[in-house]
Order: sequence, then C-alpha cells, then structure tokens
Amino acid sequence: CCQRHPGSVDQFQEELVIRPLHSGDIYASFQFRTLWDTDFLQERQKVSHYRLFPKSLGQVLSKFSVRELHISFTQGFWRTMQWGQPFIPSPPGAELWVWFHDTVSDVDGNWKELTNVLSGIFCASLNFIDLTNTVQPSASFKPLGLGNATDHRFLRYATLPREIVCTENLTPWKKLLPCGSKAGLSVLLKSEKLFHSSFHSQAVHIRPVCQDEQCTSKAWELRQTLNVVFDLYTSGQGKKEWSLFKMFSRTLTEACPLATSSKVYVDITDNPEGELFELSPATPLLSQAVVLGDRRTYSVFDLTRAEMFGQLRSLNLLLRWKGDSGDMLRPLLHAERYVAGFGLQTGEIHTVIYNNHPYRAFPVLLMDSVPWYLQLYIHTLTVTSKSRDNKPSYIHYQPAKDRHRPHLLEMLIQLPPHSMTEVTVQFERALLKWTEYTPDPNHGFYVGSSVVSALVPSMVAMNTNFTQDQPLFSSFVPVKEESSYFVRVYTEPLLVNLPTPDFSMPYNVICLTCTVVAVGYGSFYNLLTRTFQVDEPSLPLAKRLANLIRRIRGVPLLA
Amino acid sequence: MGLLSDPNRRKALTNLLTRLNAPICMVCYLAAIVWFMGLAFEPFTLRTYMSENAMGSTMVEERFSSGERALSLAKEFDAHKRKAGGMPVEWLVKAMQARGLEVFTQSFSRKLPFPDENKERYMVRGTNVYGILRAPRAPRTEALVITAPCSPGNSDNQAVGLLLALAQYFRNQIFWAKDIIFLVNEHDLIGMQAWLEGYHHTNITGMEYSPLQGRAGSIQAALSLELSSDVITSLDLILEGLNGQLPNLDLANLFYAFCQKLGVLCTIQGKLQRNDWDTAEGYTHAAQTMMLMVLKQACGRSWGDHGLFLRYHIEAASIRGINGFRHYKMDVATIGRLLEGMVRKLNNLLERLHQSYFFYLLPSLSRFVSIGYYMPAFGLLAVILLLRALDLWVNLGAPALEAVDGVTEAEQPSGPGVLTVLTPVVISHLTGVALYLLPVHLQEMAVEHFPVSETEAVVLTAVAIYTAGLALPHNTQRLLSGEGTEQGWKVLKLTALLYLAVLLGCTALINFSLGFVLAVTLVPITASMTPHMPKALSALAMVLLSPAFTILYCVFIYQELIEAPVSVGEGWMLFLSVISQGILDHALYGSLVYPLLALFIYPCWLMFWNILFWS
Repeated sequence: CCQRHPGSVDQFQEELVIRPLHSGDIYASFQFRTLWDTDFLQERQKVSHYRLFPKSLGQVLSKFSVRELHISFTQGFWRTMQWGQPFIPSPPGAELWVWFHDTVSDVDGNWKELTNVLSGIFCASLNFIDLTNTVQPSASFKPLGLGNATDHRFLRYATLPREIVCTENLTPWKKLLPCGSKAGLSVLLKSEKLFHSSFHSQAVHIRPVCQDEQCTSKAWELRQTLNVVFDLYTSGQGKKEWSLFKMFSRTLTEACPLATSSKVYVDITDNPEGELFELSPATPLLSQAVVLGDRRTYSVFDLTRAEMFGQLRSLNLLLRWKGDSGDMLRPLLHAERYVAGFGLQTGEIHTVIYNNHPYRAFPVLLMDSVPWYLQLYIHTLTVTSKSRDNKPSYIHYQPAKDRHRPHLLEMLIQLPPHSMTEVTVQFERALLKWTEYTPDPNHGFYVGSSVVSALVPSMVAMNTNFTQDQPLFSSFVPVKEESSYFVRVYTEPLLVNLPTPDFSMPYNVICLTCTVVAVGYGSFYNLLTRTFQVDEPSLPLAKRLANLIRRIRGVPLLA
Repeated sequence: MGLLSDPNRRKALTNLLTRLNAPICMVCYLAAIVWFMGLAFEPFTLRTYMSENAMGSTMVEERFSSGERALSLAKEFDAHKRKAGGMPVEWLVKAMQARGLEVFTQSFSRKLPFPDENKERYMVRGTNVYGILRAPRAPRTEALVITAPCSPGNSDNQAVGLLLALAQYFRNQIFWAKDIIFLVNEHDLIGMQAWLEGYHHTNITGMEYSPLQGRAGSIQAALSLELSSDVITSLDLILEGLNGQLPNLDLANLFYAFCQKLGVLCTIQGKLQRNDWDTAEGYTHAAQTMMLMVLKQACGRSWGDHGLFLRYHIEAASIRGINGFRHYKMDVATIGRLLEGMVRKLNNLLERLHQSYFFYLLPSLSRFVSIGYYMPAFGLLAVILLLRALDLWVNLGAPALEAVDGVTEAEQPSGPGVLTVLTPVVISHLTGVALYLLPVHLQEMAVEHFPVSETEAVVLTAVAIYTAGLALPHNTQRLLSGEGTEQGWKVLKLTALLYLAVLLGCTALINFSLGFVLAVTLVPITASMTPHMPKALSALAMVLLSPAFTILYCVFIYQELIEAPVSVGEGWMLFLSVISQGILDHALYGSLVYPLLALFIYPCWLMFWNILFWS
C-alpha cells in the first residue's frame, strides 16, 4: 500500500543556538526538526513504515486524527525583563494544545484518550487534564501549520501549572530523536547539567507543513525544542567563563549521521568588536537572521564539515566574558500577574501588560483560564490604561460550571504606546468538598498562566518568504507581514490559598462531631418531641373514698 | 437536659445557684487567678516540638562564613546613610544589583493624624528598597522575605550588612525553591505597612505609596532582623504582632532548634531560660516571662517589623541581637549561619506553616501553653458574669421555665419600660463614640485654646472625655422616665452583664491576653455592683478598676517586669504616651485595641457606673 514517491524522503535537521544574555546568563536553545513526507490524514491509509519520524507519535497522530499538537514541559519561569524574548515561549508546568481534524465527531473523547496516551509517552501527569481544566480558546491559539482552521470546537487547550519537570520527562523526549542521545547535538543533553540551570523547557510541536516552496506536497513536521538558561553565578564559581564542556559536560565530536544539516549558532550581535565576550574557536562563517523583530548576527559552526572539529576531533566552544551584566531590559511587550488582597474570602486577580514601544500602539489578545473554585465576579472586570478606562474591542467569556469546566476569558485589548494596562477582576474562593482538596491543601491551588498573544511592531522588516535554509529558530511561527512579528507572553501562574479545614485533626473532628451529635442532638430531640404533663398529686385516702361514693351517686367528683 | 426538663429538679438547681451565687463566684475568680498563675509552672506546660515534617527531619548544613564582609558592608551602609540623611537608595540599589538580585524601590508618604512624639515624626516620606533573588527553575509562585530596617542613627546597620552578605551567599546556591525577597524598609513599621499594602495591592490605612514593580507570588514566611552592634551576645525572638496575633509556633521552634544546634544564647521577652523550675525563683522567672508576653500581646501593637505580616497570613518573627551577657560572644557569621539554616528549612516547606499552634503563651522558649490550657482561666472569669446574670434573671421573676435558655432573650425586659434601660445604654455608647472620634478631630481647636502640643492635645482630650463621661450619664434616665425603680437597675445590670460577657468572650477568642486582663479587672467590680452599696467607697473602687486604670497598672507592671521600674510621675508620662501610641497604632496600622476600648469596653463600664448612681 505504501507506494512512495522516489524524490521525497524524510529529513532531519538539528540546531543549537547559544545566546549570551544581557544579564550575563547563557541561553542555549536546541531544535530538532524531523520532516515526514506523508499525508496520511488525506489519504486515509494506514501508515506502517516509519523511518525518522518516531512511530509512537505517528500512531498517536493517526489514531486520534490530530491535525496539530503542541506540548511543552517547563521548569522555571522565563524572565523577560532580564533575558528578553525566548525563541519559543512556554508557561511553567505542562502545556498542551491540540487541533483535531474536522472529521472528528467526539472531540472530548479523543482529547481524553490522547492526554492519557501522551501521559504515558512523556512520563508526565497529563492524565490530570480533564474537562475541569480544558478550555477552547476562540482566538488565542490559531493553528501554526498548513490549513486555515477557524472552528475552535476542534481545539483543546490545557495547562498543568503544578507539573514538575525532571529527568523522567527528558528521557522519553530524547528517545524521539533519530539519533537518540548517541550522536550529534543530542549528546549534550545530559540531565545532571540541564537541570542545574535557571530555566528548563522542552517541547514537542507537530504540524503539517509544505514540503517545498510551491507547496505542492504536504509533510508532517516534528519539532523538538529544548531551551535552557544557565546561571552565571551559581555554576560559574565567580569565573565568567563558559564552554560547551562546562555547560553540558560534553563536547561535540560529530553531527548526527542522519541529519541533513547540523549547526551551532552563537549570537554575536551585541559583540561586534569582541568587547563583551571572546569566542573561540573563531569562525569566519557568519549568518544573519531576523528574529523577533530584530536583525541578529550569528557565528555558525557547521558540524557536517569535518574541519570544524580540528586536530582534537572535538568542538568545544569557549566564551570568555569581559563585560558586566547590565540593567534590566525593557522588552516591547511584557506581562505579569498577581493576586491582590488578603483573607480567605475574596481576592482580586491583577494582570499588568506593558507596551514599551515608544510610539506605536498595538492590540493584544489576553487569555485567562481560571479554575472554577475561584468564582470570578465578571461584573468587576476593569481594564485601565494610563488611568483611563480601556474598552476591549472583543470579549469572549465562558463562565465556569462548578466541578465541570473553568472560566475562560479572552479579550482583545489595544495597548497605547508606552503604557501600562491593568486588567483586574475580583473573585471569591469557593469552599471545596473535603475529598476535592489536593494532598497538600495548605500549599495552595494553582491558576495557570494567562497568555498574551500579540503582533508586535517590528524594528526591522521581517522575512516573509519561507525558505528551507532559514535557521530553524527563526522559522517556527509563520510571518505574514513585514512590519510586525508574533509574540506570545506567558505570565506567572498564581498560587491561591483556599479556605482549608484542619486535616491534621480528623480524630478530633470525629470525636467532637460524635459527641455533639450524641449529647446535643439527642437531648434536644428529646426535649422537642416529648410532651410534658403535670402529674396530678395523688389524693388523700378519705377524698378517694368520697370520690368513689360520689361516682356511684353520679355527683361531680372532688379535685 | 433531663435535669432541665424536670421542673422540680430545675427549680432545685436554680435555687442552689442563686443561694450559693456569691460563694461560687468568689471561688471561680480565685480559681481563675490560680489557674492562670499555674500556667507558668513547668510541670503543667508542654515541651515545644516541631510539628512540621518538612522542617523537622531534613538535614541542613550551614556554611555561611562571610561575617567580616557583613560588618564591612554595615560600615559602608552607615556611611552612605549618613551622607544621604536617610535611606541611601542609590547605593543600596547598586549593592543589591551587584549581588545578582532584581532590585526595585517603592516610595511612600504618610501624614500622621498627629505628631508622634516618641519617634518625632509627623510627615513621613521614605523609600523601601528590595531585591528579589529568583529561585532557579521556580515559577515565581512562592517567596520568603528577610527584612532589615533602615533606622536613623547608629542602629540596625549590622542588620542591613548581614542582609546583603546573606543575599550574596544565597545567590550562589542552587537549592532555592522559593524566591527570596531582601527588603530594607525605611521608617520601620510605616515603611513595612506601605510595602505590604503595595505587595498585596490593598489600601486599608490611607497610605500613599507607589505601586510595586516586582513581585514573587505568595509569601510563605518572613524574618525581620534587628542587629545594632558588631558584638552580639544573644538573640531575642519577638513574636507578638498586630492585634495580638502570633505566628505559628513552629517558627519559634525553628529558631529555638537552630539556637540549640549552633550553641547560640537565645531569649524570649529578653529573659534567658532557667532550668530550676522547682525553686521559687525559677517559677517566678517563668511567670514573669509569661506575664510579659501577656502584657505585650494585650496591648495589640506590633512589637517588631514582623507584626504587620501576620494580617496577610504570613508567618513572621523578629530576631533582635542583644549585647548584654558579657561572657557569650558570637560573631556575625554565626548569626548568618543561624539565618541560613532557618531560611533553608523554610525553603523546604511544602505547605504554609500550619501544623503547629497559632494560639499559645510562652513561659520560656522550650515550653508552651496551648489554647486548651489557658482558656479555662478565662472561662472561669466569664462564668461569673453568667452566674450573676442568672441570679438577676431569677430575681426578676421571669418565668422559671426559661431560666437558662432565656440568657439569649434577656434583651427584652418585660417589667420596666425599654426606655429606662435604653437611655443609659445609648448615652454610654455616645460617650464612647465621642471618646473615639473627638480627640483626633478636635486637636486643632485644643491647640488654639490651650498651650499644648498636638499630641498632648489629643491625649489630654481623650483623658478629659473619659473623665467627663463619669459625670454625664448617671442621672439621665430620671429625666425620661422619672424615678428609677428597683427592677430598672436590675434589668440594666442584667443587660450590662450579658453585654460584658459577650464582649470579653469575643475579645478573648481573638486576643486572649487582652480579654483576660480586662476580665480580671472588670469582672469583680461589675459582678458585685448594686446601687445600695456605700456610694463613695464603691465609686472609688469602680474608678480604680476602670479600663483607664487597667492600662496604668499594666504600664507599671510592664516596667517592673522589664526591670526598669518607674516613679509615679514617669509612669504617668508613660501612660499618656501609651494612649497616644494606641491611637496612632489604630490610625497607622489598623490596630483594634483603641476602638475596642473606646467604643465597647468603656461604654459597658459606664453602664455599671450608671447602676451605682441609680436612684
């Protein structure tokens, strides 16, 4: 059945970008892209031949009619104010969003099964995704691949902010790579180093893409990304020096033999004269790319060329810092969130969005998904910019149903230039049933990050034509226009305390309740239901005798 | 219940209670005092223990060693503080940034209702500086706070120095799971209040402040540092917070555990622990420590910068360095290690501190009295009021069937008109409202007409209204309803007794110490008051046991307990300053003691005063 076109083959690319950050930290971003030249959804045929594409994922895609799948596991919070924008943003914890094919009839059923299967594949608690934390955003999450699906009935989005990411999630993720962790860039992925960092995020993105520029045939694209930020202070031991070996405790010796391209990029834009840091070995190969509205220059190390590895047959990039870490950044778009107020009855969620562009206003889509146990008072929703009321041009609000579905609030807000926009909404904390508390109820309950999606005005013209030889990190989100670029910003998740009974004293509670019921209720019940009668004092014998005679005579008795 | 549903037996019971009322009340009062004093006796108390599992069994190794650096930073801070004449904002921001923190500032200003003569401030303007150490791989949901005040003069420089040294050391560690906020607050409690209100985006006291830029999620615990000298001999733990709130006992246990581990001398209420509980001195020592705690808690003010955190459900304590016991000297590095250990254990917390007690008294750091042990002392006092009320109720000849259940229905007197009772109640409360509102609002007028400062004006107006209240109400009911009847005063007394019982009961639930201190002085006189007693003598007794005099006694006892006895004149001045501080605490931080006394306790006392002069 699997007649393959002779010209089309699967492709694998790998890439590592190293960006010295403004704060003095180092950002390393891995991207692995596998292209699978098949279109099983269209042809409805059973695919059984897998070459580079992992079979476990391929089967999932076809079984659940998935059109697009994005899953990320993140430990830590991306510090936009210090690090700028990441290549691919992700919220703390686990995030999963899936577009199903529009032939699916039971989307919720598919979604439930899919999350359970993925839970097994990635060794994560994705099985905790159910209808109480799943939403269907109407505008915030558009498909990134081919096709123009707009019916958000086929979209499911869920986050698990409490999910902790560790090596058991990394291992299955590495197994999806064609070279595993045996060769190529993936030898660097050693968990003891990756989790000795300030930020760790790994993701899998699957979507249909064009096979070539004319888009004559489609292909499945699997992008595996891994972003990690290493801390200058904690690992540097005072020495401001970095190398691949220091970061990953490995050096590079070869490219993955299956890869068509295997490159390491080092961002040297801020370092044209070598005043900020010194990079060795030096490479004459430079490349320019437009990323996130900015033209960046990169030193490129092509691992497919043998001369890269030199005499020692290994490549160990070395970065020696000269400059000092700078002040905080002012990214064009920035958002944060917190809970205001005190006490366990009510509270207020504040979401603050900054537009730091000096003269351009732009709209953002804010999406908030709040669990049902925070009962939002939507009439208290206010949006203010520059201390004036800012009326959102689009509001999509779906109220929560207790124990069934969360609140979903989506708004299109115009951010005035150089402004701070504050979105506030009050809530009341619900009283849970005692079985609904998590094992550590006094830890608090999480509210997932809110998502701010925007087309931010670009400083330079964005590259709109899609070509194969663009670096992977600059080609993830399709660019539709030259003047702006797409950015998604996640705020921090919230930890909210709910009124919690004292679970450490069940014995006391049981004793007290039993006593109250036995003593209090019993005697009150007795008092309430008993009828009282005054006993007639018994008459003296003489009177009783007299009464006996009177009764016989038929005369009224004596009292 | 069976006892009550049988009319005969009920009658016997009430007869017994009314016949033996006075002796029972006496016994209760004495038992309450004895019980309370017994709480400090070691065999009757429990040993403290760590309840929180996450802090108990985990091993923590302390490695902080840059004590010298802390001291040199303190000197530097001192120099810059002098140069700037206040908070050296720029220097501090740079110093924190250099240590890898995210640094933010917050400016605030506050106009006090009247000048604070103790601290010589009226218009307060200042800046808080705080740096956030972001925990690696943590999503900014939880935080711990370490604070040090930027105080005028020479004090607390070492605290800021140690704070910065700790920040530097902590920044190099990988194990943090919660963000750590290092806060240097100006103008002690006012700055702290501004910062907390800013962090939680509330405004409860009318403070003006700039909004905070950086946050780190919900704060789990806070430690406040007060170190004023290079040589420290012991550390004092301060727990009493606003409105008598206390942090979870586990925080005190944690401090004690690390003091033991590092061999650091630690005190509470400035008193060392003694081991000779079986001697008279040993017992007196424990009783004094506990009495100090009761007095401090009763006054409802925040005894350190930590006290304001408690409102936000953040467990907090202040640690104060003392330089007094000559033979034990420790360096700053040891204190640093102690803090490191405490913060690391707090960092291990999975949940908020909630396992241990929130209501307790401490006769020493290793012994505690839990709520279950001290509440009976108050209960014995409260039961006196109820017994007297029962006695009156029976006397008034209400239907015998509802003698006890009728306690709640006593508000509707059947015999004399409602007006007879209502008039004194309303007038007493209006006096209370005047006492609450007028001192602050009339200060300008008072300053114009009398040669006094604003603060004196406020305090003296309060004293004047208090005294005037004694003269005002006790004849008014005659104007409205003619002669006061025998039944009239009984109904009024019944009402007042129940009112007092409810008031004290509610107070003791929230702040045991305050409720108990008030009950000890108010209960005997209110329980025994009738119009038929010798007027002059009982009036004197009533005045001497009135709320104002209770405060005065507390001032003297407190001074005695901290071993700084004062003469009558100094005591009087202290009394006046306590009143002004009470009013200020209410205005600045929302302390509830002043309104409670002015609006409820004092009017209630006036009702009894009214009964004394009933005719």
